[in-house]
Amino acid sequence: MTKYLFLKHYRGAPPSVNDVPMDQWTPDEVQAHIQYMNDFAKRLQESGEFVDSQALTPEGAWVRSDGAGKPPVTDGPFAETKDLIAGWMIVDVDSYDRAVELAGELSAAPGAGGKPIHEWLEVRSFLTTGPKFTE
Amino acid sequence: MIAVGAVDEAQLRDLIPGVLVALVHRGADFATAEDAVQEALLKAVELWPNRRPDDPKGWLITTAWRRFIDLARSDTARRDRELCVSDEPPPGPPESVDDTLQLYFLCAHPRLTPVSAVALTLRAVGGLTTRQIAQAYLVPEATMAQRISRAKRTVSVARLDQPGDLRTVLKVLYLVFNEGYSGDVDLAEEAIRLARQLTATTHDEEVAGLLALFLLHHARREARTRADGSLVPLADQDRSLWRRELIAEGVDVLQAALARDRLGEYQVQAAIAALHADAQTADETDWVQIVEWYDELVRLTDSPVVRLNRAVAVGEADGPQAGLAALAELDPSLPRYIASAAYLHERAGDFGTAAELYVRAAAQAQNLAERNHLTLRAATLRQQ
Repeated sequence: MTKYLFLKHYRGAPPSVNDVPMDQWTPDEVQAHIQYMNDFAKRLQESGEFVDSQALTPEGAWVRSDGAGKPPVTDGPFAETKDLIAGWMIVDVDSYDRAVELAGELSAAPGAGGKPIHEWLEVRSFLTTGPKFTE
Repeated sequence: MIAVGAVDEAQLRDLIPGVLVALVHRGADFATAEDAVQEALLKAVELWPNRRPDDPKGWLITTAWRRFIDLARSDTARRDRELCVSDEPPPGPPESVDDTLQLYFLCAHPRLTPVSAVALTLRAVGGLTTRQIAQAYLVPEATMAQRISRAKRTVSVARLDQPGDLRTVLKVLYLVFNEGYSGDVDLAEEAIRLARQLTATTHDEEVAGLLALFLLHHARREARTRADGSLVPLADQDRSLWRRELIAEGVDVLQAALARDRLGEYQVQAAIAALHADAQTADETDWVQIVEWYDELVRLTDSPVVRLNRAVAVGEADGPQAGLAALAELDPSLPRYIASAAYLHERAGDFGTAAELYVRAAAQAQNLAERNHLTLRAATLRQQ
């Protein structure tokens, strides 16, 4: 089993096919989208492939150390050009193909007009730690 | 005596503070005693369904004391010293109700951070296992174990006979209640259980006020969310789902506290909750009286968040324009300021402005259910 991270972006990903922002959708379309996301996570929990899913607020800041004895420097809010992560889902699956299949399903969540969003999700595999038996 | 069946865990955990205090009185150090009590508790859960002792508390004290001796011996063996204590607990002075209170003080010690105080209270007073607490707070068990053992080290210098501050204890219980529930532990129920225990231990009006507040809020829980987890605002809740027995108890506890005429913020918050609970329909809500209680709460706390809630109540009592005027006096960077403004504009019939504000409020939401709710409000108003 390998863990994969699906990253959803507020900004920075190539545009979705169905690119109307959520605040322009009808209430039914918003409901349908939320329902789809809940059902998707539930299905992965039932299949034993779900690990975690979290959403992030769009607000945030850059932070770095400014040396010993000084408070850290912050820079924010994020500039409009910044690649902005909206949230993630982590799955634990048998193969890369399965991860891609699931990310594809997640990307097809319904949006404006009830049509799939077909948004781009970033799929990344976790580096494993510790020895692996390969025989 | 043989009684087969599941152990009532809440009832069992009610005994924990007394058992822990008994060990400390007999000379055990708090940190080791707490570990020993926890292990005795697990043993009770395992053994009692088959054979429940006649004297459950005595059984727990004896079992915990023996475990404490083992732990202390292995500790001293490492330090190459001899420990001379009996396997049977020495009698010690009988623990009193006040000792339980001292235990609450210790776990809410001002030297602890709020998260540590919460964790230690749930374990040492509540008798929950580290795993249960970790699950409830969605952190790894090892993290929670570390948090608890550091907290125990921090308070190990404190003693059980020092006076404590009841306010810090109430804040800890408030934090526990607000966490709600995830995993197999219902922290709201746990906070209510601990608040009941504390109410029985003190005659403090604010302890009663907090218990009443918990009961009145908890009574509405089923009505507050739909099956899919989405939020139902107070005005739209199905009031037949409200648990009348909890409301009745909350109102009784509150009235007894108010009659003693020592008002505090929790009693006032409970009074506001009671006025909501009292209305048969949302339209019958006595908003004028709610605003009066908010004025009292502003006087007691001078909290900007309270002023924000007051502005919304003013909007209900005197109309949305009055609410917006009250809002205009506050700092727009307050949490939920924009959501409150959106609501008041919606009430005033300005759906365009309200929808814009709901979208902005959704972007600021700190909670997914709340974000979804605000997004839906925006979408709904756009269709009007």
